[in-house]
Amino acid sequence: MNDLSLTILLASVLATAAPLIIAALGETLTEKVGVINLSLDGSLLLAAMVGFVAAYESGSFLLGFAAAAAIGAMVAALVGLFGIYLGQLQVAVGFALTLMCKDLAYFLGNPYARLQGPQLLSVKIPLLADIPLFGPMLFQQPLVVYLSLLLIPAIWWYLYRTGRGLELRAVGENPEAAYTRGIDPRRKQLLYTLAGGALVGIAGAAYSLGIKPGWGRPQGIEGIGWIALAIVIFGGWHPFKVALGALLFAFLQVIGISLQGIWPSVPAQVFQVAPFPLMILALLLVNLLQRESLQQGLRKRPGLALLLRRLQGAPPRALGQSFKPD
Amino acid sequence: MRNFKRHLTDTLLILAIALLFTGLLLLVVGASPLEAFGQLLSGSFGSWSRLARVLNVWIPLTLCSLGLLYAFRSGLWNIGVEGQMVLGAIGCTAVLRWGMDTAAPQLMLPVALLAGLLLGSLWALLAGWLKIRGGVHEIFAGLGLNFVAMGLILWLIFGPWKRPGIASMSGTELFPKALWFPTLEGWRVSPFALLLTLAAIALTAWVLNHSRFGLNLKAVGHNPRAVTLYGLSAQRYMLIAILISGALAGLAGGLQVSGIYHRLIPAISSGYGYLGLLVVMLANFKLLPIPFIALFFAALNVGSIQLPMMLKLDSSLSGVIQGACVLSALLVFGVRRLREGRSG
Repeated sequence: MNDLSLTILLASVLATAAPLIIAALGETLTEKVGVINLSLDGSLLLAAMVGFVAAYESGSFLLGFAAAAAIGAMVAALVGLFGIYLGQLQVAVGFALTLMCKDLAYFLGNPYARLQGPQLLSVKIPLLADIPLFGPMLFQQPLVVYLSLLLIPAIWWYLYRTGRGLELRAVGENPEAAYTRGIDPRRKQLLYTLAGGALVGIAGAAYSLGIKPGWGRPQGIEGIGWIALAIVIFGGWHPFKVALGALLFAFLQVIGISLQGIWPSVPAQVFQVAPFPLMILALLLVNLLQRESLQQGLRKRPGLALLLRRLQGAPPRALGQSFKPD
Repeated sequence: MRNFKRHLTDTLLILAIALLFTGLLLLVVGASPLEAFGQLLSGSFGSWSRLARVLNVWIPLTLCSLGLLYAFRSGLWNIGVEGQMVLGAIGCTAVLRWGMDTAAPQLMLPVALLAGLLLGSLWALLAGWLKIRGGVHEIFAGLGLNFVAMGLILWLIFGPWKRPGIASMSGTELFPKALWFPTLEGWRVSPFALLLTLAAIALTAWVLNHSRFGLNLKAVGHNPRAVTLYGLSAQRYMLIAILISGALAGLAGGLQVSGIYHRLIPAISSGYGYLGLLVVMLANFKLLPIPFIALFFAALNVGSIQLPMMLKLDSSLSGVIQGACVLSALLVFGVRRLREGRSG
């Protein structure tokens, strides 16, 4: 592989990963505070449709992204309302929303299917884009790609270096203790569920306005929401590792497209499902690494053990449980 | 009696909220709600042939929902029903293809159904094994396996089992009539499939509520850690539950091939696996309402087919109504729990 195709590969990995990173980081925020928003696969699609339609009608990208973020937050609000305040199973609410948002997107978006709509243009970053070889490819991307990369350290900073981030994690780990410290766990949970949902909405618009432009049925991002949910687990609920997981998946997806050229007899649909067995394998791997027997075997190899420990992460202890104040 | 009244008010309330929401939505897109609901009704129950179509959806949907009930009792979310149904269809097709040229093709039909049942349960067992031995949450295991099943069926239809000459989304070649499940004269419903489904309902009612296995299963679902004190293996019960779940889904998939489509098509599962989850949620994880809700959902699915032609509306309206029903049910149940918690 020569230098040029390597940079093309890298550039398309970054672009493919961008919405995935944004959605997975949004879900990380939600799960860190102890709430599972399982509706991603549906809300991504609904937000993609709403973002496309809003930008198409208004001609403004900003409005498109804002509408998508609002719809993502609205779906998340339902998860919050039902799951946090009514004490219903968060997984049940999320799953029902997954299916309903998908149908809602197809139903409402029907008149806008296959229309030529606005599409984010690549933005050149001055100076960096002038670097020979890598520059033109890596630093000439749609704006959302830079946004996704900036979001990684920003979320990390918020979670681990600010007081509010500490409160957020405290609620996700032990809402009772946080409550006795004067924090209202349910308000915090609702707040970050909304924020996470808004990010998922932005990710949806990033697809329909930039990475997979346009709206149609199928849109081509069906199933991506589940991948994003799995990436959060794979990344151990840590922003950097979650982003790494998203990049890894994007890399495999891009590689998969080029494999299609090598085996033309295999139908394209078979390659499209390839990420999903990979998702299972990744989750299997994460779990097997935590096995006692393996950990003991690693005692003799401290270097490897340290590396593996870095890769692991535990879920927030109160994940998925509803907190009831007395 | 008080209980019955409560269930009735709940049901009416849920329907009212869901229809109100959908009605508003229809107004937003500039359609008449009355006309749309009317079309849904006439499209599903308007004639005998339409009713037959509804029943042909009711059969696999009910089978999938019954299976899900076993998994839910053990505390598992078997999201893999969709894939288990696909594998059932593949198993059934494989046997029928192989048995096409034998002397007694009719004998092949029960064997094919059994093969579907077996493959469906194996696929479910894989998800259960991933959960119990591999620690992969069953939602992700099941979902991932659904997509793998989708890849498998597409590969078969476009590869080894493609129609001579043209491989296409329209599926494999039609089986000879001798391999079709007999249907009633002029009414395209297989009485055998109908009876099988009714039997499955009765059997499930007995197993879940009156057999020792059913009671133990319930205990496992409620508290998997405590049951080990009584010498029950929670993991074994979970595996058996998901196995039954997959078997019923596989049976549904087999019936789709042998009784409805008479060939293998990519959309053989028609999303009934996912829809079954909504049915069971709307039934509040109880058996009795399942056949009725499945009938209602089947009617919505069939009724919505003519929406694009008659009213220029997308047929996904049925899915919106179904989802709205489940969400309003969660709302009604949730509010009731909240109020009972406060007064009690």
